[in-house]
Amino acid sequence: MQANTYSLEEIRKDFPVLNRRVRDDKKLVYLDNAATTQKPNQVIDAISDYYKNHNSNIHRAVHALAEESTEAFELTRDKVAEFLNIQDPQEVIFTKGTTEAINLVANAWGRDNVKEGDIIVTTEYEHHSNIVPWQLLTQDKKAQLKYIDIDDNGELKLEQLDDYLATGKVKLVACSHTSNVLGTISPVKEIVSKCKNAGAKILIDGAQAVPHMKVDLSELDCDFYAFSAHKMLGPTGVGVLWAKKEILQEMTPYQGGGDMIREVHKYETTWNDLPYKFEAGTPNIADVIGFKNAIEYLQKIGMDNIREHEKELTKYALERMEKVPGITLYGVKDLEKRGGVISFNFNDVHPHDVGTIIDKDGVAIRSGHHCAQVLMEKLNVAATNRASFYVYTTKEEIDVLISSLESVAKVFKL
Amino acid sequence: MSGDPIYTEMIIEYSRNPSNYGKIDDAHIHRHDSNPLCGDSIDLYLNIDDNKISDVKFDGSGCAICMACSSVLTEMIKGKSLDEVKKFEKDELLSELGLEHLIKTSPVRIKCALLSLKTLKYGIYSYFVDKMKDSESAGNLNEEAANLY
Repeated sequence: MQANTYSLEEIRKDFPVLNRRVRDDKKLVYLDNAATTQKPNQVIDAISDYYKNHNSNIHRAVHALAEESTEAFELTRDKVAEFLNIQDPQEVIFTKGTTEAINLVANAWGRDNVKEGDIIVTTEYEHHSNIVPWQLLTQDKKAQLKYIDIDDNGELKLEQLDDYLATGKVKLVACSHTSNVLGTISPVKEIVSKCKNAGAKILIDGAQAVPHMKVDLSELDCDFYAFSAHKMLGPTGVGVLWAKKEILQEMTPYQGGGDMIREVHKYETTWNDLPYKFEAGTPNIADVIGFKNAIEYLQKIGMDNIREHEKELTKYALERMEKVPGITLYGVKDLEKRGGVISFNFNDVHPHDVGTIIDKDGVAIRSGHHCAQVLMEKLNVAATNRASFYVYTTKEEIDVLISSLESVAKVFKL
Repeated sequence: MSGDPIYTEMIIEYSRNPSNYGKIDDAHIHRHDSNPLCGDSIDLYLNIDDNKISDVKFDGSGCAICMACSSVLTEMIKGKSLDEVKKFEKDELLSELGLEHLIKTSPVRIKCALLSLKTLKYGIYSYFVDKMKDSESAGNLNEEAANLY
């Protein structure tokens, strides 16, 4: 990591909330970044500037404000394309989040392409947003839903994917790029190549990957890729679905309404061009505009630097957490295969008790099933605690976490 | 962490060794409930003889607060008449464990503390309505349960 391009002190100055005091005047230690990240002034100011100076609906009126906001909105689309090495910005569709992006594919693509007896494959470590839409689709179509299991390390058993693909019935594989609970980074290149060879479509949920590492979609060459702005310093209510143009052109729309039409008559309608065909209604203009500043912020730090920073923090945290009495750590040990997410449990202590106790020290982590109940079942636990790091996380904050966890061990006499 | 307002010795002790933990086969009242957001999940079993709670047990999984409150609730209602139990208020349960402050300080954790009481109220309501066909005695216990937290 180049020290001159990565000044933690400078970065933290851009995030007002990190100065918060919480509970009994404790310094906030925010380690719930896999749920959502904090926002820098650059993003907050862009949103506020839009409402103060440019607010207008987009794509329609010819007045000055409409032109300004349309341009700003479309600049974010270009920025997303540049950031992920997408050749054609028209392939970037704005949604309200990863969940809506996946539901868009399940509904619009699934409606026309999945039939009785077909197989959709997902994995045991998916978020509910990459399981439930496929349950709804397969139930509706009398198709089958199959799972790639995970091994004791928390890695996917890819040989099961081979078996499913060998049936010739797999229409789509839906897999997360990085697990939101275990932090495992899926071998996505291998999965994409297996799917291509078998003629199956591949959707990747990148909600936990795009914020934390360099992602090149031209190189990855999957069919669908989804992620959210709010997990990468951007506002809530903005997500992206990227899909190849030829697939998007074939697909019927997801929702009908304004902006997605070319001509509407009493009984028939023709569709607008991409990407508008999939963006019915007035979008979340202000937040899409703010999202551009979030991407620029990450680009300024450099995605490789962010990855290195998180690796270093994860290594430091794992080494220290291992020594806390009564703790069980989940996930792969190999730092090349995991992101900055650490799930853990204490013997018989319920995660909500852990969360409540360390909250008193100002430490914010997530306790619960993390919208991954299939994985909880596999791990044979009701819930876990999860600490997750980001660009502004410091080793000193991890020290606070550790001493707070030691106090949990003390309270529960572990 | 001495003086912790939630995790007192008593709560930790109850969470480790819950009272009346287990199942009653063919119980007169059996009710399951859970808090979907935090995942606390319990089953409550009651036997009624002479309009009194002759036996009560619970099982399930949950945090220390949920386990401790379920334990104390079962201890408090055992042997009581149904009329007494119908009038049971949440404050009685919370004060027994020194958790009254949760109502104000932790809207999230109050759900853990009151899950067992909610389950009890629903259980007794359906006992009167479904088993005894006596909706008058059931009163508005179901509404009380729904509005408990």
